[in-house]
Amino acid sequence: MEPIKEIRSRTVVIPNDDIDTDQIIPARFLTTTTKQGLGKNLFNDWRYAKDGSERADFVLNKPENRGATVLVGGNNFGCGSSREHAPWALLDFGIRAVVSTEIADIFRSNSLKNGLVPVIVDAKTHRWLVDNPGADVRVDLDSTTIEVDGKRVKFPIDRFSRYCLMNGIDQLGYLLEQRTAIERYEQAHA
Amino acid sequence: MQSLFEKIWGSHVVVPETDDTPAVLYIDLHLLHEVTTPQAFDLLRAQGLPVRRTDRCLATLDHSTPTVPVKTLKDLEIVSEPSAAKQVRQMEKNCKDFGIELRGFSSRDRGIVHVMGPELGATQPGATIVCGDSHTSTHGAFGALAFGIGTTEVGHVLATQCLLQRKPKTLAINVRGKLPDDVTAKDLILKIIGTIGVGGGTGHVLEYRGEAISGLSMEQRMTVCNMSIEAGARAGMVAADDTTYQYMAGRPLAPKGAAWDAALKRWRALPTDAGAKFDQEVTIDVSNLRPMVTFGTNPGMVMPIDEAVPTDDDPAFRKALAYMQVEAGKPMLGKPVDVVFIGSCTNGRLSDIREAARILRGRHVAERVRLLVVPGSEDVKRQAEAEGLDEVVRAAGGEWREPGCSMCIGMNGDTVPSGKLSVSTSNRNFEGRQGTGARTVLASPLTAAAAAVTGAIADPRDLVG
Repeated sequence: MEPIKEIRSRTVVIPNDDIDTDQIIPARFLTTTTKQGLGKNLFNDWRYAKDGSERADFVLNKPENRGATVLVGGNNFGCGSSREHAPWALLDFGIRAVVSTEIADIFRSNSLKNGLVPVIVDAKTHRWLVDNPGADVRVDLDSTTIEVDGKRVKFPIDRFSRYCLMNGIDQLGYLLEQRTAIERYEQAHA
Repeated sequence: MQSLFEKIWGSHVVVPETDDTPAVLYIDLHLLHEVTTPQAFDLLRAQGLPVRRTDRCLATLDHSTPTVPVKTLKDLEIVSEPSAAKQVRQMEKNCKDFGIELRGFSSRDRGIVHVMGPELGATQPGATIVCGDSHTSTHGAFGALAFGIGTTEVGHVLATQCLLQRKPKTLAINVRGKLPDDVTAKDLILKIIGTIGVGGGTGHVLEYRGEAISGLSMEQRMTVCNMSIEAGARAGMVAADDTTYQYMAGRPLAPKGAAWDAALKRWRALPTDAGAKFDQEVTIDVSNLRPMVTFGTNPGMVMPIDEAVPTDDDPAFRKALAYMQVEAGKPMLGKPVDVVFIGSCTNGRLSDIREAARILRGRHVAERVRLLVVPGSEDVKRQAEAEGLDEVVRAAGGEWREPGCSMCIGMNGDTVPSGKLSVSTSNRNFEGRQGTGARTVLASPLTAAAAAVTGAIADPRDLVG
């Protein structure tokens, strides 16, 4: 994984509350055995018309939003299924950070392991972001802040996950280093 | 004084958490299926790692497999999408390469992971159980700590039998009163989700408590715990009691003889101590609960079946109603139904099919309605057939299928056509969950069967004898 220090982008806003992982990537695209190539089906049923053409009125299809890497969602983003295909699809499409007032547990955990930064902000900051789509923001992992409208707003992030993101470290390496403790536990509980 | 959750958590900590690092938590049982594991096995291959404890894995095929008869991979290649067949082939290869027993097409045990684990006796009180599936919360019905994980974490557990976890908070759901006749566990959990909301359990482990919960059978408790994730909670649990032990005794993977006696002694010490504190508590009385149906596009948009759809000016609420073609202020009762699905890890067990049969027996599915009844496992199928329930379904004009996730997830050939209304005993009414453009109303097996025979959303209490 590439180390991540900061993400600068304009935002793209999908203001709906409770955006579930079935919307992010519908189940029929989960018969894959790899992580790659899911971006083309990101938000598939919102993004494309029945004939497969792009819906011009969907935010991700608007020319001004192409290339934006920070997605602002409504409250309770990423609820539902545990499919890691959701962050894989967002990353494959080019999204690097997701901002909401609340991000569902499994989606957040999956995001942190793949280099997608979950940014949880207060309702007031969120309101401003929703009301100002396309705003320039800066997510800074060093200070754990998101710069919005000239103000730096703190966001919570697990220290271990942040360390791994900033140094491009795979968490499995750390777990493998715990081998002696795991063996000891297994012997004690055999 | 500790809660059930705290006792299980405490006994599985391999390395305690600090400000800088999460806890290393030991996992007793790892359930695996074909959809969320291929990339994890690839990770092991890439790093040259073996599976640490193949004896703690329980693997099957359920999500992308069809519910028409398939006995071999060759059959599968004929009836399935090439990508689904490839995924199954990959699962067979991965299990073989890494020495994991796969309960596949030729196994008498095959079923939806969350139906199979409990019926084999693999799901046990006090255990930590994970699976790359959010409905792993089902197993909490046995007083286990069970939660869904992503594929990267599947790889972590395969390689180390451990997970890195921050300790979640606890939320007690105290359920008072006695459920009225013909009001079910499904109605109860829909009521709970409607009360605390689809994000109400985020960051928490739920413990369902109170007389209404202890009065439930194991299959009913599984229905309740199954949908904990629909309230945002990764795990939900019910303390084990005599109902639990009676269910477990004699199951193939449950302890036997002296080991059973020793296990019972351990399990009896697990329930929450009197006076233990929860981070939050909610109390709900179900004495007057009515059958519940969803009207929107998430499981929190739910109401008693005989009320009018609520009114709300929120744009997202209005969008959900528009998608569902449902009007605020109007009843759900009487709305014409196209498809009825009875099955899934929520309501695909023997007692669920028996409940549906109470209404289907001697009646016929309404014209133009498709009824699909999908047993949750081979074992459920065998038992139901031994009781003649398959004949009840067929005689009513319904389809009796092979076990699998089926229309709950719509990635195996079973889907609801665009625009059609489905009454489903599954767990998610998200937009397109059962097929692109499909509209889903979540309900109990009784309510689903009532919809099938009347052709519209109907109160099952008017039909049961």
